[in-house]
Amino acid sequence: MSEDQLYFFYDLFQYLLNGICQGSIYALIALGYTMVYGIIKLINFAHGEFYMIGAFTGYYCIKSGMPLLYAFPIAMLFSGIMAVIVEKLAYKPIRHAGRIPALITALGVSFFFQYFGQMVLGAAPKPFPETYEDYNLLEKFGITEIIFTKTQAIIIVSTVVLMLFLRWLVMSTKVGKAMRATSFNKDASELMGINTDRIISFTFFIGASMAGAAGVLVGIYYNTIDPMMGLIPGLKAFIAAVLGGIGIIPGAVLGGLVLGVVENLVVGFWESTYRDVVSFGILILILLVKPTGLLGTKSKEKV
Amino acid sequence: MANNILAIKNLNIHYGAIHAIKGINLTIKKGEVVTILGSNGAGKTSTLKSISGLVPVSKGEIIFNGDPIHKWKAHKIVKAGLAQSPEGRLIFPDLTVRENLEMGAYLRSDKVGIKEDMEYVSGLFPILSERGKQLAGTLSGGEQQMLAISRAYMSSPTLLLLDEPSLGIAPILVQTIFKAIKEINSRGTTILLVEQNAFAALKVADRGYVMQTGEIVMSGPASELIENDEIKKAYLGH
Repeated sequence: MSEDQLYFFYDLFQYLLNGICQGSIYALIALGYTMVYGIIKLINFAHGEFYMIGAFTGYYCIKSGMPLLYAFPIAMLFSGIMAVIVEKLAYKPIRHAGRIPALITALGVSFFFQYFGQMVLGAAPKPFPETYEDYNLLEKFGITEIIFTKTQAIIIVSTVVLMLFLRWLVMSTKVGKAMRATSFNKDASELMGINTDRIISFTFFIGASMAGAAGVLVGIYYNTIDPMMGLIPGLKAFIAAVLGGIGIIPGAVLGGLVLGVVENLVVGFWESTYRDVVSFGILILILLVKPTGLLGTKSKEKV
Repeated sequence: MANNILAIKNLNIHYGAIHAIKGINLTIKKGEVVTILGSNGAGKTSTLKSISGLVPVSKGEIIFNGDPIHKWKAHKIVKAGLAQSPEGRLIFPDLTVRENLEMGAYLRSDKVGIKEDMEYVSGLFPILSERGKQLAGTLSGGEQQMLAISRAYMSSPTLLLLDEPSLGIAPILVQTIFKAIKEINSRGTTILLVEQNAFAALKVADRGYVMQTGEIVMSGPASELIENDEIKKAYLGH
């Protein structure tokens, strides 16, 4: 193999690795999008803001001297609680008004958090405090051509752990089954004695806490956070959710990873400025070609 | 009227400007099978939905076991012991048959009782235990109906509402289902059965009500209604 070829493969591997990291973060955010859509058919455009709230919660926790290991769950918890408050105050009262009013309300909530965030937190980006010395894990093995940092490892490991937890929650627990039941039909679930309002709140909580976790991970990865940070990743996660099939939980993971990898390949082998163009191009393409997403099937009902 | 498990007094339901249910009265005694007959759009399903708390009552009262339940949330009514197998079955297609039954027992924590009732419904409809691990969406219409009835029964109700259990089901399965309804009733569960299949319903029922455009136009013992000429003409036909 010539040296050129070798370096091509080093590059390819590097971009794939970066893509998986980025994709993990998209996937974590996309999970909340897809779960909320699954249960009340609302595209929660404010979802990116819970990611921002998670990042800032993590920021203030760590600044106050808390170790990352504690800041992480606290950020998840706080994002989740904020989402439940938003759901109760903004979405629940208009739930019966149809989908468009809810969608517009979600946009309003999104703007509210972005600009309220700028007002109370300041518009300038904040450097995320370092809690450990980052280094290339592969150096130990004598590899310097490819970089796989401790932070990247933390991102991938925490994402996998959170996803396994979510899978267990949704598939094997009583509340998870109630979530799946509610997402199929609210009335039928009420007839089982399920308090569907509570299940819907819980879904918001879980979804937003996943986004909150992503916020902290991005803080330690890119080292800078600001109140507008939720906008683009929120939209990207929406693309990821649609790409995988909105409402389908494994679809959000797949969509996130595919999007992350594609974006990084575009950055690496084409032009970094084309990244967003390609992402939104994917959204348009999937909506044209297969609107149900990669894992989506047309639902059939037995009569 | 202490032995009335359910009493509906002057029930009215509006959907916007449409007056769907126009002041009906209905009582069910403990242990009875009561049927509501009527054609499409008569208001049978609306009545059941309002009993279960899924449709708001605009005027009137629904008294269940002495409690006025017409302002309660649906899940609270289930907890009080009133279950419904809804129109169109509405089983959860992406959950397994067994998980569907578990959802029926959502509010219960008595493991022994749940297990007993699981076995009981498996005895009523053996197909349900054979297909326990299958996704409920893969069942045939008749099997789904069996599942829907069993699922409602799993909450261990004292009053069970059944909305058109024979709709769109092969005649042979209709027999099985009505036999099971009779059997569930013989175990002490009171049943309110909504049907278009008047003949099958009147055969298992003690009493019947006939609804037409939101009003009750006739009521009486099932044995009398089955002989009634008007009913014969309207529903028993052929």
